[in-house]
Amino acid sequence: MPPAVETKALTRVFHPKKKKEGKSVTALAGVDLRIEQGELFGMLGPNGAGKTTLLKILSTLLLPTSGKAYVAGFDVETQFQAVRKRINMVSGGEISGYGLLTVKENLWMFTQFYGMKSQLALQRIDEMLDQFGLADKKDEKVRALSTGQRQKMNVIRGFVTDPEIIFLDEPTLGLDVNASRTIREYIVDWVGKRKDRTVLLTTHYMAEADQLCGRIAIIDDGRILACDTPENLKKMVKTSTMLKLDTTHLENKQGLSSIRGVEKFTFTDNPENNMTSLRFVLEDEAAVSDIVSSVIAGGAKILGLRKTEPTLEDVFIKLVGKGFE
Amino acid sequence: MSDTWLMTNLRAVKGRAYPRVIGASREPSWIFFEVALPLLTVAAYAYIYKFMDAPAAFIGFVILGGAMTAFWLNVLWGMASQLYWEKETGNLQLYMMAPISRMSLLAGMAVGGLIGTTMRAAATMIIGIGVFSITLDLSEPLMLVVVFMVTMIALYGMGMMFASLYLLLGREAWHMSNLMTEPIYLASGFYFPVKALGAYAAVGASVIPITLGLDALRQLFYPATSGEYGFLPIEVELLILAGLCVMFLILSKLSLDYMEKLGKRTGRLTLRWQ
Repeated sequence: MPPAVETKALTRVFHPKKKKEGKSVTALAGVDLRIEQGELFGMLGPNGAGKTTLLKILSTLLLPTSGKAYVAGFDVETQFQAVRKRINMVSGGEISGYGLLTVKENLWMFTQFYGMKSQLALQRIDEMLDQFGLADKKDEKVRALSTGQRQKMNVIRGFVTDPEIIFLDEPTLGLDVNASRTIREYIVDWVGKRKDRTVLLTTHYMAEADQLCGRIAIIDDGRILACDTPENLKKMVKTSTMLKLDTTHLENKQGLSSIRGVEKFTFTDNPENNMTSLRFVLEDEAAVSDIVSSVIAGGAKILGLRKTEPTLEDVFIKLVGKGFE
Repeated sequence: MSDTWLMTNLRAVKGRAYPRVIGASREPSWIFFEVALPLLTVAAYAYIYKFMDAPAAFIGFVILGGAMTAFWLNVLWGMASQLYWEKETGNLQLYMMAPISRMSLLAGMAVGGLIGTTMRAAATMIIGIGVFSITLDLSEPLMLVVVFMVTMIALYGMGMMFASLYLLLGREAWHMSNLMTEPIYLASGFYFPVKALGAYAAVGASVIPITLGLDALRQLFYPATSGEYGFLPIEVELLILAGLCVMFLILSKLSLDYMEKLGKRTGRLTLRWQ
């Protein structure tokens, strides 16, 4: 049985239209990946890490500059029609379809591009609208839907054709808690019921990746930095101490990284409430007192300080030396 | 070519045609913008011809030309520019990812556009004939249907070819459509027999299928004027139109394949975020 997805030294470079428009950008730099059938696999990385480029290549929309990519055992470059029969993709913030069509008509239209018989398609659409709590919206025009409702419709569009492999590119981007939860629950349920189906999910929401995925690849600057189960990834920082520190606005943070015992640190300034949030990965807990002293010497007040359990963000900070935001 | 492949692509044609057909009933403003407004232009020409004591057939020529403008505008704005708009909304990448021939998508756009536009053109014709009390002398209805269908296949085939080329032009496509509106009204003889432009100009304009199609339809509606105002014999025009059908369908397939390959290579043509 071939893996659901396999890439070998996959590289993608984007060249500017004209030389004066800037330098070439390497979106993927030699990515090796193997995802088995039945996995709910996560790709975690900040914006611009190369997640979407990878999905575009796997979904046959983009050619690699070098290297190889296979989906269900088929080469995405030369056997793209075989790949297309087996996949679908949903992106966050998608505005696909036509606003003057109703929800049901829109979904039906997309099923026709996959050769589904109308009767089967309409039956499945009704079932899924019900599952997503959109049954009462089925005859409403798409342009009247809220963002969350529209994204639920997009997710239905992806799953209604019953693909073997689905690519979900930040499917809960910008959604409220309830809409996100509905979508996440559906994804877990779908892949759990059908062991021959595979999900490749990209996200920059740590908790989403942690909650949903059996395995996660951490990607940055087009490179896979680590790939394992969430538990194993978090073990990478198990020996370290995670410290979260909230202060009033801290102007100078440069000295913090040179404090003995600080392995990595990131910060977020929040001008709205004049706060700075600092997150440390410490090799030695003794560094805490030096950190506090340094913050106070910098003219800021300590608002909160706590040790935290390792999260995927800590893993990312340890691997990359920066946070997601 | 398996039955499944054929059925999948026929379903894709149906699916893509649907929004265009249903759109007409959802947005009735087209009655004003696409029937009433063109009729004003038609009326202006009709009164000029009346004032000049031109033959009565000329008013029929103008009404037929006015009705056919709907098809030309649909080809420019609804076919040629469409893939670019689809790219901007994010639909194009979903279409490109589907396991279907890209030609079936374009065919769906064409079929849907043709059905919707035929309703508009028919409304213009019926109102124009009623308002100006036109009498038609139609003796070969079957030939009329054949000429109309062949003209439409050639015309929408050209639109399918333009769809890929416009995608390469990006935002400039807007200007291209503007550039090809009024000049083609003139060159194709929408409001007068194209023969009036002279043989060389008429031959040049014949690459736009609506030129010969319109001329042939006028000859069929007014056979008595055929010798004096018809550009070429109907059979010859039909043959040339059939040739244009083949040519534009082949060119549209080639340009679509080229556009898709280029899009996958550069990452710019088909993807909204690029």
